[in-house]
Amino acid sequence: MYDVIIIGAGVSGCACAREISRYQIKACVIEKDEDVCSGTSKANSGIVHAGYDAPLGSLMAELNVQGNEMMGALAKELDFPFQRNGSLVVCFHEEELPNLYDLYEKGLKNNVKELQILNKKELRLKEPNISENAVAALFAPSGGIVCPFELNIALAENAYTNGVEFKFNTKVRNIFKKNDRWAVETNRGMIETQYVVNAAGVYADLFHNKVSEKKIHITPRRGEYCLMDKTEGGTVKSTIFQLPNQYGKGVLVTPTVHGNLLVGPTAIDIDDKEGTDTTREGLERLLNQAGKSVNHLSGRKIITSFAGLRAHEEKHEFIIEEVKDAKGFIDVAGIESPGLSSSPAIGVRVADILKSEMNLKPNPDYIGHRKGILDPQKLSKDVRNELIKNNPSYGTIICRCEMITEGEIIDAIRRPLGARTLDGIKRRTRAGMGRCQAGFCMPKTMEILARELKESSLQITKNRNESIILTNRNKEQA
Amino acid sequence: MREYDVVIIGGGPAGLAAAASAKKNGIDQILIIERDHELGGILNQCIHNGFGLHTFHEELTGPEYANRFIDEVKKLKITYKLNTMVVNITKSKVVTYMNSLEGMIEIQAKTIILAMGCRERSRGALNIPGYRPAGIFSAGTAQRFVNIEGYMPGREVVILGSGDIGLIMARRMTLEGAKVKVVAELMPYSGGLKRNIVQCLNDFNIPLKLSHTITKIHGKDRITGITLSKVDQKGSPMKGTEEYYSCDTLLLSVGLIPENELSDNMGIELDTVTSGPNVNESLETNIEGVFACGNVLHVHDLVDFVSEEASLAGKNAARFIKKLKVGKNNDLGKIIELKSENGIRYTVPGIIRLDQMDDTVVIRFRVAGVYKNCYISVYFDKERVIHKKKTVVAPGEMESILLDKAKLNDYPQLSQITIKLEEV
Repeated sequence: MYDVIIIGAGVSGCACAREISRYQIKACVIEKDEDVCSGTSKANSGIVHAGYDAPLGSLMAELNVQGNEMMGALAKELDFPFQRNGSLVVCFHEEELPNLYDLYEKGLKNNVKELQILNKKELRLKEPNISENAVAALFAPSGGIVCPFELNIALAENAYTNGVEFKFNTKVRNIFKKNDRWAVETNRGMIETQYVVNAAGVYADLFHNKVSEKKIHITPRRGEYCLMDKTEGGTVKSTIFQLPNQYGKGVLVTPTVHGNLLVGPTAIDIDDKEGTDTTREGLERLLNQAGKSVNHLSGRKIITSFAGLRAHEEKHEFIIEEVKDAKGFIDVAGIESPGLSSSPAIGVRVADILKSEMNLKPNPDYIGHRKGILDPQKLSKDVRNELIKNNPSYGTIICRCEMITEGEIIDAIRRPLGARTLDGIKRRTRAGMGRCQAGFCMPKTMEILARELKESSLQITKNRNESIILTNRNKEQA
Repeated sequence: MREYDVVIIGGGPAGLAAAASAKKNGIDQILIIERDHELGGILNQCIHNGFGLHTFHEELTGPEYANRFIDEVKKLKITYKLNTMVVNITKSKVVTYMNSLEGMIEIQAKTIILAMGCRERSRGALNIPGYRPAGIFSAGTAQRFVNIEGYMPGREVVILGSGDIGLIMARRMTLEGAKVKVVAELMPYSGGLKRNIVQCLNDFNIPLKLSHTITKIHGKDRITGITLSKVDQKGSPMKGTEEYYSCDTLLLSVGLIPENELSDNMGIELDTVTSGPNVNESLETNIEGVFACGNVLHVHDLVDFVSEEASLAGKNAARFIKKLKVGKNNDLGKIIELKSENGIRYTVPGIIRLDQMDDTVVIRFRVAGVYKNCYISVYFDKERVIHKKKTVVAPGEMESILLDKAKLNDYPQLSQITIKLEEV
């Protein structure tokens, strides 16, 4: 019996978990996949939006601006990479200038601070690689970039440290009211709880509609991305958006916090809630479209491409509230962009709802800080040598592209809610995320995983249980 | 800071041959830095035979070939470090390496020989659409699993790309009981050696589909199949030609890329065609005293030529040091440029400094397509001086010609050498 069950260990669910871990509460996050950050949260732009784009007066706008303001302090508390590199919305046609000013006005009304319109000259001075066709831009200094994995993982680890339980590979099959409680039926048995927080991403409508007469519909909106080599990371300093026009929203070009260059997303509404496949048309379109904003983009520098699904709700608004006809069931639904940016504020909002209903006392053991995986590349040579002396595994490079050591990989496995899969290692340490895409380090990382987990290499997976890497020993029959 | 005459980055076939050659040319303070736990590089996982026909006039396996050089390096008492990664090299030849025993250490080199080899192009670099399931491996990674770790990456295999490692793995997986359904190649010709097509595909009835590529990857967790499409002359997939192949494994053998991140960071100029450093007749880069050889310079298909090239780099590094000792350094002298034209993609080296060259220099190059009954022609400025008949040339087989210093000296006005393919 729990006080709160949170469905979904994405960034929204984990932000809620971390916020409520400030209180004495018996809470559990249940996740259908094997790790946190396995759905929408793992495949997005990694942008902390300034908030000028969200609809006027919407909850989305409010939480976006709040979340943006919270992100800096949160990044310090939880030790994840975040930079305010600034966002630029670039206008390419004189006749669209009024739209740029409208966006500026909307930003002001949304309480976005320090907004500025840059003329062509100022823009080019700021971003020398911007296309010659750019005529002006809206500059939002508060726009930022974050590592979406590390933000999600940090929130989860901190929640866990403060007493929130996590159950993975646990798929919700049904939810129903049982007496004055909720019964959550999963593939691993029944769980009872006072409150449910429905942070199930693209599946949020499924669970909402099980408990409420007032149905919602979440459309998976697929966004494809191309990630480029670190050699290209310096192409732009800010996040470059295109001013939306009649041809669509355009694509963004942004440096990532780790120094790559990211181009994306496309936007295609699909039916399949697991439809994260990329398409030839999408990938081609991305490069063409991005080439309109920024010069010197080369397809040859792409190191990987991927697709994520945004949980698009018809009204394009966050639904964060207790469901009217289902007391104790709290929706965190329709969390599409700017969901990542808003996540810290979403957590607070959900905690506030619970506070208003439950008599929550502060958690006396709450620790607000969390240390991320030690990055030896950030240490001075002397400190690094001291580290290697004390722990030689920090002297062994496993991933040569990203220069990730065995020590970091072991840390990723042994820490709270540690990595259990190759993708888990990749998202926590970046091993395998570089230009060779794990060609060299995969066998070594698998060896470390197998050793640490006391498993055979045959049991190691890429991510989910079915995603085994190796099928059999040599000479062994199928 | 400890000083060395020659620091060799990489203990694979190139590094080993370069080290032995430097030593034999009178240099003592040599250090080989190898990131793996043993010397030999990628040869250690190439357990098939066919190595050494040129060098030793016998057929060796990869590990056997490597061992000949490892034995020599040990006999010559050349020092080496294993499990050691070079993390940085400066223009002034300070090499920073790291391992678990010593931590991060800086050493000063008088000369450096770059011999880091290459890496495989990944699925991401190809931008193949579809899901991102488990079961997709570059051919070399699969080779490591099978030949070193003793694990099979799958049972039902499709191979994209007909590079040599892919061809070798088609046979290897078949011998281990897997079913290799098809090898698909984007180009209208194979990227691998003719002998590998015959011995690894034809002998095992594995179909090779030229002008085909994968247009979709299926399977959300583990790969379940691929869609193969025929491509037009521009390499674009043709609608209506899609064929589905079920498989649990996809191997990629779609090109090798010289690993020049260290070189790039230290300011070495790279060639856009080879992705390797621009070098002169001595295999020296734009930074004096920094040499390159083997697959980091340009991707080879036969290790014998890597060894030959690396020996030259070692010898030239030794010569460089001797010159330092007598205090008389590179007077550039006359520079002749090498130009590749009409069907020739690049040449290594790219320039010849006449005063510095030996009696002969080997010019290695690759052709851009399959050409039958053609001539490889060499022009000294406007005059054709070599006109060599070839029944067939192909991109998968590196070509070379030999230039004589005596002959070059006969042309005092010579400023440019052009190599081109000519039709009969």
